[in-house]
Amino acid sequence: MSTRHRLLSLLVENHPGVLNKVSSMIRRRGMNITSLTVGETDDETVSRMTIAVDVGRAQADQAVKQLYKLIEVIKISDITEDPIVDREMVLAKVTATRGDRSELLQIVDIFKAKIADVGTDSMILEMSGPEDQVDTFLELVRPFGIKEVARSGTVAMAKGREGLRLSAKHQQRPVSVQPDLDAAERKRRSAGVLVGD
Amino acid sequence: MTVTTPPDTGKTAPPADIPVVINEGDIVTGAEALLESLRREGVDTIFGYPGGANLWLYRHLPKFSDIHHVLVRHEQGATHMADGYARARRGKAGVVFATSGPGALNCVTGIATAQYDSVPLVVVTGQVATVAVGTDAFQESDVIGVTMPIVKHSYLIQDIESVPRIVREAFHIATTGRPGVVLIDMPKDIQNQKAAFAWPPDPIRLRSYNPTIRGNPLQIRKAAQLIDEAKRPCMLAGRGVLISQGEDELLELSRRASIPVGWTLLGTGTYPVGDELSLHMVGFMGAGYTNKAVLGCDLLIMVGMRADDRVTTRIDSFAPQVENIIHIDIDPAEIGKNVRPTLPIVGDAKQVLGEIAKLVQPKRLDSWITQIERWKEEHPIRFRRNTGVLQPQDVLLEMYRLCESDAIVVADVGQNQIWGALWWDFKGSGLYLNSGGAGTMGFAFPASLGARLGRPDKTVWCIAGEGGFVMTMQELATAVQENIDVKIVILNNHCLGMVRQFQDDYYEGVRSAVDLTVGPDFVKLADAFGMPGWRTDSIDEVPAILARMAAHPGPCIGEFTIDPEANVRPIIPLGAGLPDFVEEAVEEGF
Repeated sequence: MSTRHRLLSLLVENHPGVLNKVSSMIRRRGMNITSLTVGETDDETVSRMTIAVDVGRAQADQAVKQLYKLIEVIKISDITEDPIVDREMVLAKVTATRGDRSELLQIVDIFKAKIADVGTDSMILEMSGPEDQVDTFLELVRPFGIKEVARSGTVAMAKGREGLRLSAKHQQRPVSVQPDLDAAERKRRSAGVLVGD
Repeated sequence: MTVTTPPDTGKTAPPADIPVVINEGDIVTGAEALLESLRREGVDTIFGYPGGANLWLYRHLPKFSDIHHVLVRHEQGATHMADGYARARRGKAGVVFATSGPGALNCVTGIATAQYDSVPLVVVTGQVATVAVGTDAFQESDVIGVTMPIVKHSYLIQDIESVPRIVREAFHIATTGRPGVVLIDMPKDIQNQKAAFAWPPDPIRLRSYNPTIRGNPLQIRKAAQLIDEAKRPCMLAGRGVLISQGEDELLELSRRASIPVGWTLLGTGTYPVGDELSLHMVGFMGAGYTNKAVLGCDLLIMVGMRADDRVTTRIDSFAPQVENIIHIDIDPAEIGKNVRPTLPIVGDAKQVLGEIAKLVQPKRLDSWITQIERWKEEHPIRFRRNTGVLQPQDVLLEMYRLCESDAIVVADVGQNQIWGALWWDFKGSGLYLNSGGAGTMGFAFPASLGARLGRPDKTVWCIAGEGGFVMTMQELATAVQENIDVKIVILNNHCLGMVRQFQDDYYEGVRSAVDLTVGPDFVKLADAFGMPGWRTDSIDEVPAILARMAAHPGPCIGEFTIDPEANVRPIIPLGAGLPDFVEEAVEEGF
């Protein structure tokens, strides 16, 4: 994590549109998102987001408070200074001619990366680690010729007993489900019409 | 006075349907379920406008005879009326009906106006049928997307079974914590589907929404201690005090611990004027003596307010010497956003003030009160009297005299709003409704109609400039149709006064696009809509006209042609700080 970033961890209702609300709240307050990941938790009604924002602590405090105001945000925590495990995954398609391969394999080995695919003149490398390690890895393979890079964004979790879980006070009803345009789309298709009356 | 009548076609209005009683388990349409849910939430008034996507709601509305529907002339008017209704009813949400597309989009300004001032509204918009959502259908708009940054929450109803639950949640969210706007978007097909009615059990609890009402007891004890130690305490009250109905607790704490109280624009009415501990409005256009007190105090207590730029002016000039700042607000995001307090307390203003008042030691700070008295004498709120040209204050002073500290006063935006606030003189708590956060011109007149419908026991005065008034004057028809007794005071200076004043003073003196000399003859306009109107430019006629307005049992207009050069004073020049207020040079105090 670069020192400029603050890392926020959120539990939100798993509704369509929540990602939009969260990201637009951050945009509205003039903050820049450097990475954002979202996925379901073990409770299918709850999603977890990890957001890296390019702001100082005071602004991150304000972001946390503003995000709490979104009805569908259940819990949020600034985990920048907490003991955490943070990981990002990267896929990098690298030029790999016959002569380069062994040197590339050494780098792969050092970073405990994997070869996800081998082509005639390129390889897809898969690596995961903290964001700065991913940066270093990419720096080292760059001289071979990077054709494509896909980074997942950071996911993070506090170590030990600390953590972001639903507590007893959250054992209440989730707020009613939000706009699900996919469902509307499915309905529309099954109805077989474009404009209904 | 004439009211046009339509030609007689021999058709009469159909009789209203027999009032329905909907019981648990009855098979009803989505529209009926929504209306029944509104009724169960205690809704007695809906401000709305029908259109293609909410016609099933309107089909069933006449059956709900205990709900009064007010047919507005523009959806923006509906939102401002519901806003005025909610502000006047204090705690009850205002309800709006609008159709999809343009109907919903016309609500946007009114929604933002209510949301910025923490007014509870439930806005029900019709939406195109579920299968058409997302196809750019006729009169489709993504109103949820458009309003996302200006609502507290929104719902798209996707199945008929969820209707009662969504309505319950909407009212719960709109009216609790820091109140705000909840939008319910209801596709037309769901309005006409049928299902068994099932009212969700009490109480409404949402795992992701738990506003803090009770202040932290430890923080409250610390606050009491800081107040006990303070030699020159000063309190500022915002709209949060009115929302929580904490005026009595504010007064009690203030009197018990000898704390002078000033207020924000939206906090006008929280504290009696003329009391030895009463200051007046603070900030950009606030009273000089209030700003002096804020600058001279050793403990500043901010209650139910945001400390926005109109209060603080230049942020580093706002009470830099104050040793301790206590900030009490129900919204944690407002604490520390602009002014960093030494003691934050998240909670309901009424509850927290009441708790603090119980703990503080009674005391009387004579030298501090003497100092305040001196500032009041040195920096009174004053205006140029007897100039030979009618001054806005000549009108407002007489209007306030007729209010007898009891009416509801609704002001528009601009000079009229500040004059109305500065000359506010209620001896007890009262309601001065205006668009403080959004600053929406055209707010006052429709909001005053809503306020009067919400509180028919109160006289309602509406103050507006001619610029703001014409922005929503189509609602004159609504006022006449519903015979809503609102007394409209138009302060006509034939220009956009506040803008003109800013251009004169801060934009190199160039008057640009502020000339409103061409406007309607408001007396004829009143007549055209079927209500009485009077006009004068003479101070001698002001009392008689205002008396006639007060006596008239229905909507009426008084147009007062005022000094086009009248300015708002005091004012802090743009970019300057709290100590730099500029006062009216002429003597004559208040």
